[in-house]
Order: sequence, then C-alpha cells, then structure tokens
Amino acid sequence: MTDTANEQAEAPPGISFTINGATVEANPGELLIDAAERHGVYIPRFCYHPRMKSVGMCRMCLVDVDRGRGARLEPACMITAAPDMIVDTESDQTQRAQEGILDLLLVNHPLDCPVCDKGGECPLQDQTVAYGPGESRFVEEKRHYEKPIPISDLVYLDRERCILCDRCTRFASDVAGDPLIHFIDRGNETQVNTFPDEPFSSYFSGNTVQICPVGALTAEPYRFKARPWDLAENESTAVVDSTGARVVLQSSRDELVRVLGVDSDAVNWSWLSDKERFTYEANGSEERLTDPLVRSESGEFATARWADAAAFAAEALQADPSLIGVIGGARLPVEGQFMWSTLLDALGVRDADPQIGDGLETELIQSLPRATIAEAAAPGGVVVLLSGDLKEELPTLYLRLRHAAVEDGASLIEMTARATGLSRFAKAKLHALPGTIDDVAEAVAAGTTSETVGGVDAAELAMAAKLLGSGRPVTVVIGRTNLAEDPGLITKAAAAIHRLVPEAKFLPALRRGNIHGAIETGLARGRTTTEILEDAAAGEVETLVLLGADPLADFPDRALVSSAFDMVENLVAVDTFATASSARADVILPAASFGEVDGSFVNLERRISPLRAKVTAPGQGRADWMIAAELAAALDHDLNVTSLDEVRTLLSSTMPAFADIDWSNIDAGGDGPLLGATNAVTPSLADIAAATSVAVPAVDGYGLRLVVDRKLWDLGTMVQQSQSLAHLAADTTLALSPADFDALGVQDGSTITVTGPGGATAELEVSASAGVPRGVAHVPYRMNGFDVGTFLSASTAVIDVRVNAG
Amino acid sequence: MTLGGKEIERAAGFVANDTPKIVTSRFDVEDSHTLVGYLATGGYEGIRAALKKKPEEVHAQITEATVLGRGGAGFPAGVKWGFMPKDVWPRYLVVNGDESEPGTYKDRLLMELDPHQLIEGCLIASYAVGLSRCFLYVRGEMAVAQERIAAALNDAYEAGYVGRNILGTDFSLDIVLHWGAGAYVVGEETALIESLEGNRGMPRLKPPYFPAAIGLYGKPTIVNNVETLANLPWIATNGAEAYRAIGTETSPGTRMVAVSGHVKRPGVYEIINGTTTFRDLIFGDDYCGGMREGRTLKAFVPGGGSAPWFLPDQLDLPFEASQVGPAGSMLGSGAIMVMDDTTDIPKAAHSLTRFYAHESCGKCVPCREGGTWLERILGRIVDGHGTTRDLEMLLEVGETICPGEFPHAASERLGLEAKPFPYGMTTICFVGPSAFAPVHSALTLFPEEFRDRVREVSDDDPVASPVGAVPVELKGIGAS
Amino acid sequence: MTRLHAANELLAKEVIARYPVKKSALIPLLHLVQEQNGYVTNEGMSHLAELLDITSAEVLGTCSFYEMFKLEPVGRYVINVCGTMSCQLLGADELIHHAEERLGIKVGATTDDGLFTLERAECQAACTEAPCLQVNYRHEFRVTHDNFDSLVDRLTADSKKNGSAAIPPHGTLSQTRQQIPAGRAVGAVAPDEVNGPPVWLPIDEPEETS
Repeated sequence: MTDTANEQAEAPPGISFTINGATVEANPGELLIDAAERHGVYIPRFCYHPRMKSVGMCRMCLVDVDRGRGARLEPACMITAAPDMIVDTESDQTQRAQEGILDLLLVNHPLDCPVCDKGGECPLQDQTVAYGPGESRFVEEKRHYEKPIPISDLVYLDRERCILCDRCTRFASDVAGDPLIHFIDRGNETQVNTFPDEPFSSYFSGNTVQICPVGALTAEPYRFKARPWDLAENESTAVVDSTGARVVLQSSRDELVRVLGVDSDAVNWSWLSDKERFTYEANGSEERLTDPLVRSESGEFATARWADAAAFAAEALQADPSLIGVIGGARLPVEGQFMWSTLLDALGVRDADPQIGDGLETELIQSLPRATIAEAAAPGGVVVLLSGDLKEELPTLYLRLRHAAVEDGASLIEMTARATGLSRFAKAKLHALPGTIDDVAEAVAAGTTSETVGGVDAAELAMAAKLLGSGRPVTVVIGRTNLAEDPGLITKAAAAIHRLVPEAKFLPALRRGNIHGAIETGLARGRTTTEILEDAAAGEVETLVLLGADPLADFPDRALVSSAFDMVENLVAVDTFATASSARADVILPAASFGEVDGSFVNLERRISPLRAKVTAPGQGRADWMIAAELAAALDHDLNVTSLDEVRTLLSSTMPAFADIDWSNIDAGGDGPLLGATNAVTPSLADIAAATSVAVPAVDGYGLRLVVDRKLWDLGTMVQQSQSLAHLAADTTLALSPADFDALGVQDGSTITVTGPGGATAELEVSASAGVPRGVAHVPYRMNGFDVGTFLSASTAVIDVRVNAG
Repeated sequence: MTLGGKEIERAAGFVANDTPKIVTSRFDVEDSHTLVGYLATGGYEGIRAALKKKPEEVHAQITEATVLGRGGAGFPAGVKWGFMPKDVWPRYLVVNGDESEPGTYKDRLLMELDPHQLIEGCLIASYAVGLSRCFLYVRGEMAVAQERIAAALNDAYEAGYVGRNILGTDFSLDIVLHWGAGAYVVGEETALIESLEGNRGMPRLKPPYFPAAIGLYGKPTIVNNVETLANLPWIATNGAEAYRAIGTETSPGTRMVAVSGHVKRPGVYEIINGTTTFRDLIFGDDYCGGMREGRTLKAFVPGGGSAPWFLPDQLDLPFEASQVGPAGSMLGSGAIMVMDDTTDIPKAAHSLTRFYAHESCGKCVPCREGGTWLERILGRIVDGHGTTRDLEMLLEVGETICPGEFPHAASERLGLEAKPFPYGMTTICFVGPSAFAPVHSALTLFPEEFRDRVREVSDDDPVASPVGAVPVELKGIGAS
Repeated sequence: MTRLHAANELLAKEVIARYPVKKSALIPLLHLVQEQNGYVTNEGMSHLAELLDITSAEVLGTCSFYEMFKLEPVGRYVINVCGTMSCQLLGADELIHHAEERLGIKVGATTDDGLFTLERAECQAACTEAPCLQVNYRHEFRVTHDNFDSLVDRLTADSKKNGSAAIPPHGTLSQTRQQIPAGRAVGAVAPDEVNGPPVWLPIDEPEETS
C-alpha cells in the first residue's frame, strides 16, 4: 500500500490541491493525511497508522475540505486529495472540532500521566497540549476497570487509559493475523480484551505497545524502567535472525532498556517480532562472559589477562592450518567476520563454516539469483515456500509475505514439511513426506501432476504447476524444511523449480543473524560444519575454534559434536555467553555483544545496514574485529588495523561486493544498499544439484518419518538469556496427523514412547495436528523436556521413528 | 389465529381505512401469511410477469416507478441498483429487516402478515440485477416475524418459487433467513453488512457511500428495506405507470407510517405519498382521530426518533421530503410520535437520547463519548440536579457531534425561523447526531421547561472551568 | 458439556454451508448456542471458533456487541420492558417500577426461582401499542399493571407444565427453522470463485474495463 505510494512519489503527474493556502501535489491514491505531512502540514491523529488500513474512528484528523460546495469537516485519513480541493487544517471549524474531539477523549481518560510509562512520549498528551481545550470539562465519574491486567506474558493492558483507536486490535488481526485481542462489548462500554484464559500470545505482541497512542499497553520488560526524557538512542539492526529488521536502541544509564521498530520500507515496515524486540535483555544476563578464561592444569577455568588468554589461543592457532577448523561466526558484525576471514587467510586455514549444520551449503547460496523482500512480496507475484515455518524462523519476513498474500494478491505455494503460519493463505500445499521433496518438485517441473507424489495430492501438484507456469514473477524462499532431512534434497528441489522457471529468484531463509555477512566476507570456506566435526571425531582436527557457536546444543547430531570435542586437542571459544560448548573449551575470549559495538550487518537480501553501539560491553568484552586483530598480532600477522574505519576501508578494497559501499551513508540509517557483485566463481544451481546425491531409504511400514523444525521460543541462547522470554519455550511434544492416531492406537494428549534410530527412546506427550501429513512424526527442535537432537544423525538422509502407546 | 400454540393478535396496530393500498392490501385477509392465502390474492403474479421480460427491462420498470427507499434515506431503489459496477460478480441482495428506529414498525408487520410479498419482492429484484444469493436479515427481537418468514420460505422452496430454476426458468435464487441479535446500529446498511459477515455491527467508513460497489464480502451488494421490496410485486403486476399515478411526482406511491403517542387511535397506516399532511394523520378521522380526550398537541416527532421535532406550527406540511427538509426535519422511516400538553419535555427527550447513547456502536469518538455525555447531563437535569452550566454543556457537546447550526422547526411562539436540513456531522453514521437531535429540539423549542428545572450557577462556580470552551449561542434560552 | 451437542453441531454445519464465507454464520450459531444452554457459554464460543476457523476472541467480540446474547445465565423468561419515547409517553417508567415490585427484583436481576429476568429495553417496534414488553422476544401490547400481573401468573403456571408452553424458554427464538431442500438449493459459492453473471443474464458484449 504505502510502498506503492512511495514508488509513485517519483512519478508525476500529481494531483494539485490547496492546503492552508499553498498549492501542493498529492500522488494518485495518496491519503490527504499523508500528502499533507509530506508537504509539512501535520494533521493530528490517533487511529491512523501509515502501515495499516484507515478506520477513521478517532475523528481527530477532521479538517475543513472544500470541494467547491463550501467547507465541510472530513477525515483526512479516509480521503484522497482531489484536483482543486481546498483544505484548511487551521480554520476555526477545524480547530473547534479538534478541541471537541480531545475533550471527548479526555472524558474517560485518567489523569495519571505522572505515573504513566507513556508520559513524555504520549500522543494524547502531546496533542492535547497542541490542539486541545487544555482541561477536561467532564465532571461525571470516569469509566473504571481493573488496572493493568496482563494480556500475555509480555504485555499489560490498562483499559482505563485506552481510547479505543483500534490500532492494537487492527494490528493483531490485519498485520499479525493473530486476532487474540478484540473489541468486546459495545458503545461506551467497549473495551479491548482477550477471550477468558486465552492470552494474546502473538509473536508480534510488542508492536501493539509501540503503536499504542496512550499508555494503555505496556511491555513487561520496559515497565517503569525509564522515562522518555532520560533515554538516549541509536538506530541499528536486529541481529536475532537474518531478516535484519531496523531498530532503534534506547538506553538509560548505560543499560539497554528498549528496542523499537523503525519503518524501513525495504525490510520491516516498522514491525518487529518479540524476539527482535526483547532479546536486548540478554545483554544484562548473568551468563555474560566478562573476562577471558583459560583452563588451568587442574582443569578448572581461571580468569586471565587478555594478553595471556590471547597468547594461549594464538598458540592453539599455530597448528598445521589444515588441522584447524572454525565453526560459527554468524553472530559477528561484518567487520569482525572480515577480520577473522583475513586472519584465517593469513594462517592458511581452509575450513570454516558459519552455519551449524542447520542451514544450506554456502556454495548453493552463492549460486542463487537473489530476490529482495520487496520483490518476493510484490503484488501479484508467486512465492514458493521451500523452507521451514517462516512465522517461527523469520517472523518479520513472515509479516511481509502474509501482507503480500492477503492484501496484494500474491499466490503462495507451500513446499514445507507440514502446515505453517502461512498455510491459511497458500494456494497450493505440497507437504512432501520427508525424503521426497525433490521428487515432488520434479513432478511439478515435469508437469506429471496426475497422481500423488510423496503424499502430495495431484490437485496440489497441478495447482503449483499452474501457478509456476502462469508467467507471473516467481520467488523461491529457500531454507531447511526439516532438520531431520538431508539438505541435498532441498538443493535438488530448488534446481527443479529453477529449471521450470529460469527467471525465478531466490530469498534464502537461513535463520542465523549475520549469516550472509559471514558468507560475503569469505568466512565461509572449505568444509562444512558436519565435515569438520566428522574429521574432528576421526582425530583429524587439532584446533577447533568456536566463533559464537554452541554446536553441542545446536548442531543436529549431538553425538557427533561430543565425540569431536573429545578428540580435538585445542578448543578455542570466542563468545558472549557461557554455553554448553564453551564450557568444554580450553580458552574463552569474551566478545562484545549487540548494542555494545559499532559495525554492520548483511541481511538475507544482501542489504547492508548499521549496527550501532549504545552501551558499553561488560567487563573485558571486546569487539570481534579487535579480537581477530589481536590474535593476528600475537601470531606475527599484523593486520594493520586500529579502528573500525580502517577495517571497513580494507574490506572495501579487498572484497568486491563491498567496493562501492559508502560507509558514512550506512551509519546514517535508511534502508541501506544491496551489496555489489562478487567475483566468486561458483557452479550453477543445476550443476550443484547434479553433483548432489542423497540416498533415501524406503519408508519402513511400521515407522513414522521424523520432521524436526524450530519454534521461535526455544532453548536457544538469546531466548534463554532474556529473562522475560526464557520461560516461553514450551515442552517438547510429538504431533501426528489425526489420521494416524487409530492405526497407532494412541490418543490426543496421552504419553507415548518414541523410539529413535539406534533404539534410543523417549516418552513424550502426543498431540493431533491436522497440519502434519500422514506418516510423519513432528517434534520441535530444542524445546524443554526432551532433546530431539539426540535422535538426529548427520549421516542419514531421513530419520524414521516408531511410536507406541503408553 | 394461532402460531406455535399461541394466539396471535392479528395486525395489532394496523388500521384499515379506505385509502388505496399497495403493500398492506392483505393485512385484513385471513391467512395472508400462508402460501395458500398469498396465491389466492394474486400472489407471485409479479414474478411471473417479470420473468416474461428481460432482466434489464424489469430494472428499468422499477427505476421508472421511482420507489423511494423506505428505510430512512429515501433513495430510489432502481437508481441504487444501477450503482453496481457492470462486470463484477457475484452480486448479493441483503434485505434490511432490522427495523428498530424509535417510533417505527411497518417492516415487522410486513414480515409477519405478508412474508410472501417480501419474498416475491426479493425474487423480482434479484432477477432484475442478476444475483442468485439473497440474505433476509430479520431483527433478532422479532421471533414471530422469524417464524412466519421461515415457514413462508420453506413453503416457497417446496413449491418452486425459490431455489433452483424458479417457475421452470433459468432464474435461480437462494434466500437465506438470517437473524440479528439486538443492535439498532445494524439498521445502517454498511453495519448490516458487517453484521451479516459475522462481525460487530459497526458502520463502514464513507466513501464509498453505497455498498453497491463494495458490499458483502467486498462484492457489489444491494441493501434494500423490507417495505421497499414489498412494493415490487405490485409494480411488476400493475406497471410503473399505475404506481406513479398514486402520490406525487417526486414521491410516488404510498408509504406506511406508524403514528404513536398521545393520539386517540395510534396505528400503522398506509398513506398516499406526498399529499397526506401531518394534520390528516394526527387529526383525520381516517387516521388517528385527534388527541386523547381533552388534550392538546404540544409537539411531534415527524420521522422516527432521529428527526428534529415539529410543533403544531408544522401540522399542515405534507408527507413529502422536499417540504419537510426545508422546514427543519426529515421524514426518515415513517414514524410519528405525538406529545400532548401533559408531556414532560426533558424527560421525553431523555428517553430518545438514552436510546441512541445506548445504541452507539462505539466506533467513533463523538458518538461513543459525546452521546453518553449528553445522556448523563440530560439525565441529571431530568432528575432535578442540573445547572445552567449543564444547559450550555449540552449544546457544546452537541456542537462537537454536529458542528454548525442544527436544524430546527420554526416557532411563532418563540419567534424562531426554521433552520433547514441537513446538519454537519463529525461522526461516521447518524447515531451520534440522533442522540443530539432530541436534545436540541427540546432545548430550542421548549427552553422554559429546562430553565425552570436547573439551578443557576455563575462562571466562578468551581465545579467546572471550561478553559478554551467553544462559545455557543444559546438559541431560544432566555428569549421568551 | 456446554459445547454444541452432536445434533446441534450437525445443524450448525448445515447453517454454515448456506454462507459463501463461514464467519457469516456466527450470529445464527450464537443463537443456537444460546438456545441449547439458555445463555452463551465460553465453551460454546470456543466450539464456534473451531467450526468457523476463527479465534475465540473474535467470537466474543461479535457476541458481546449484541445485547440479545447473554454471557451469564438468565431466567427462563426474560421480560424486556420498552422504555423508549412512545412507551415512555404512555407510562413505561411506571410499568417498569410496577414490574420491579411485582417480581421483587431490580431491573437487570433474576428472580430467585430462576423464572424471570427483568430488563429495561429500547424500542421494540410496537410503538402504537405502548407501553409494550417482550417475553423472550414475543410481544405483549398495551400492558397495564393488571395485565403484567396476570402475565407473570400465566408464565409461572406455564413453567410448571410439561411439554410445549406458549413461550419457549429463553434462548429459543423462531420455533420454525428454515429448511433448504438439497434438491432445490442453488448453493453457496465462495465469493472469489464466482467470475461471471448468472445464466439468465444475457452475456454482455466483451468490454475490457481493466
């Protein structure tokens, strides 16, 4: 809606009209309230929000509009400018309407501004001062409700302060698609509330707090933490996933206290997931690493001086470079990644993988013709979701694609392992049985859509083929549909679609924060994490470096990691938190975290944006680029950089993708440019697919094929280190198609025994889920109670499990 | 006559007289609501006649007849149908049977006493504009109407008048009976559509002003009032010419009017449009036969609870929008409420303002907050706790809902000139202004009844200090 | 168990099928829940949410907008006395006062025996028959205080009879249901799946408008 308006901003001819005596131009379709603001006339409003449909409820934006028949009050958020329209936002009639509306809004609004979190940044307060009558004339009793009630784990609602602008409810229903808060009752009794005992448990709940024009909605992590006038802020980028949503970091007394979404037209349209919004809490976690730690002779960690710890680590890096492996790096800012890459170059280290076995091969990513989010979400496009559940993995991207499907006529083809948050809008649902996604894609590509393939109905295959052959622009969102499946199958499926639609573009749905920065800076090189760990387990790795990686908790084959750690001689960890993996290290170097260092970020579109320091790192935590530089110096490979600017200069001159970046512009904010072309020579997608072979065993008649994927609230480090979020991770349950219940003799909600490969067993609660295909057992990754990672094996293409009642 | 074991008072309130009848012709016929009774009195002849014509010819006939919408706005049905975009499908018909405007109850009678006539009207409209799905939305609190329509639809489906291939032709139509659940605002056509979509019945924003282009499920939709549709069988049978021969050029045909309050014979009458005067209705022997014994007329509401009030000064105006508007009120839904000299004016006004405040959907601020504020102040005045400041406040709050001078009738007694319709409004729909209309009429036309009732306070009174308050001229107050 | 019973669930599915978009059936189905239970239960609302593929909060949002839906148990007979202008002019306030005294409860309350709930209502579309009231949405016209007393007596007696009383318990509106015979129904089609005019309309000359 708004991005079209912006595109049109460059396209004359506009519509000429008069506002407050000046003749100005509006874009076709542009609302008067926006056109006026673009020309410097601010029309007060409460319910209007530029990223949501107008509802015209608050009537604050009424202005005098004369269409040739005299001035009438009309809501500026509902009308578009028309030729020769005369608008007066300062007329007596307009001012009287504004005063009157504010008077009415204050009828029931409590005068508790001094104790209200919104005080000082409250649109109602500000507009009352600017446009209001100054004092409420209402002498009756105000509406009374129980003071703030929690409507979710993260959000409180004070209904007395609410002015019923419909922003939060509209957001919940129209933007997030989680209409769990609603107007209840009628007329003067209207209130916002949830259904009894069904909380507003939306992944996007924090947005409602940000857009509330009064202090009715407050976020648990920020309540009573600071006053607006005490806050200092910087514009930055969210790093919890690869979407790269733009944010503002706000601090008070050198502590991050709030993160707000910034309206980036290219990326997040001002919205954030609650993970992007609230994981700043992790910065203050007690598990933060503050000092370098070196394992002593006795096997205990001891605090060390930087120089000693760096020397210890440097010694480990003096091993034969072919015996050094690096895992991780997606947490680091671009500059840190680049300096590590440079260090590895200097040392001659060949193997580093910033992905932890849960992504796609670097070579594949590099071979893909890339789409932007705007291209993927363009009106009328076709989007193939060859990925996990974006609502769980890349929630802000989910919002954009949901908008595209609901409002802009985009058609979704779902090639996920099971139903997802977008299934409701998908035109075709191709939920292939694990191990068959390549066959399903081949069938669509070949047009052999007359019979079921991989459990997918012929009608769905035909619909997918029809949409892909429609000539509409196609974007493939590509990621891991199933962590219990060989990713080579995704490669083959992608190649099949690409063969059918050679113009198709790809948007990688890799989840880890700055994974694309790592790929673009050359940190991803050589063997994969799986291969490095296999080598290590075979005793062929001497020094293993963990760059903000916790494979012991994260890599989808626990046993392999454990034996790898047992076999390596030196385990070096650079991290912000103490983790299961770093606990096994020989030396740990503490790094500065999000909001503590300047740098930059590359998102899944290859768009670069700033990371800004707002607070100082605790203890001796250092910027990653400095750590790399210090290690290099200790290893007699001085990298000759002493400042971030020097790192960036070196980066631009070394890596062609960064050659044209104007760094001062990046720091200034805005949408940020896409990186330029690389000179990396990669094989084509077709060649990569042809070279990929995956041996999928036949379906065992008694077993169920395992699907493992991620939830937003899991046992991952950032969630668990954020005190408001940690408890949101649910218990592990096993979901089955209701159609499989009878055959297995199990009941919804009962406890079953699941037997994994090699005979390991677990007791889990089972639930019926219509979104799980027949013959599939779905278990979420890294949830409470049971670690499904113990069932996974990097060496088999699919995992079969057995389920027994009781 | 019995229904569900209970004796039903036939046509309670309906008064037959000798004026020509279009929509109430069967009201005094036994079993008029049954298919047998309907067929015996020329029923379903209109659709037979219509089906012999092309759809666009039927549409043209209705347009030519000029059936003014009977829901309140008075917009001609044929023209309204013509607002539908040409090539957008499907189209829907939604019948507005959510009658609840204070003073009004013609539609309930039409649904209870002649449901097949309404069904036939739906058939004719649907055939003319090309739609195959019609929703008949009946007010929730009308259990008897729901029963009668359900029975009539069941019979009509069985007999082939509704459903697939009606009367052996290609024309097919489902009519789905739908009940409301108690919300006056749903009578507003966009709120009706919201309600029919299963939502809260809150009016949609204008523009677009008609749901013809974007209506039910975002598709072209006609919303017509029950009485409007009930006219169609007669027109299809007798022709547009015959229809236009009744009434006046600008207001052809007849219309149903309910007259209630302090009259001898309150009732629902089918009157000749445009020529019958308020005096005829209130005092005529064919109609209400005058005021209750020994009483005189004080004021009356000419067009449903939302309409500004009239005084005896306006009795000779005809039931014609083009004359009632300039005189300061509106015809609305065909309902006159008559007050005699015993009436406690502030209390009567309060009963209406309370209604509209209660029925506010809560969507827009002036109505949600302003309506309640008016009701509270007025209630305080009625209870004897009001002050002179409250009188000013009533008009100030009203000014926020309806900026500019509000329409009112002329009064010789007060030396007041009429302020013609319409009024300005800051609200989305008419519920908010309707809460103010009785307040304004009562204050303007009977200032002394308020002045006698409130305590004098000065500007120094500390109770409230209207800083920056909008100065409002207190019309009429202190003028007599 | 206050979800819809099996027979009512079947009926609900039949009603849902009449609408091009499922959610349209919400208000009729809330009436069905109320008919079954006498009021709208939370479990009933959640059940409708499942049937219509919406959230319970959306069901409550709609339900609570309409005053006929009661979220708490009410009496077998809900007596609504109209208080709007025409009735007010002819003694509605006095009638309400009398009703309170006769039933021994204030407006809004339910008698201890669970028989009567008294409410002040707004216009019931019977203005010429003022003052009027409704018992479970069935009119009583020109109600005098004596009429009211005998009404209460009659309803009290009715409630003790087995079998069909004249006025069904609160929740039941129309006692006749619409039935669309399968062979006669045109059928509801999702709005986006209809692309052209119905068969009886002559096909217009192709006119490319957009």
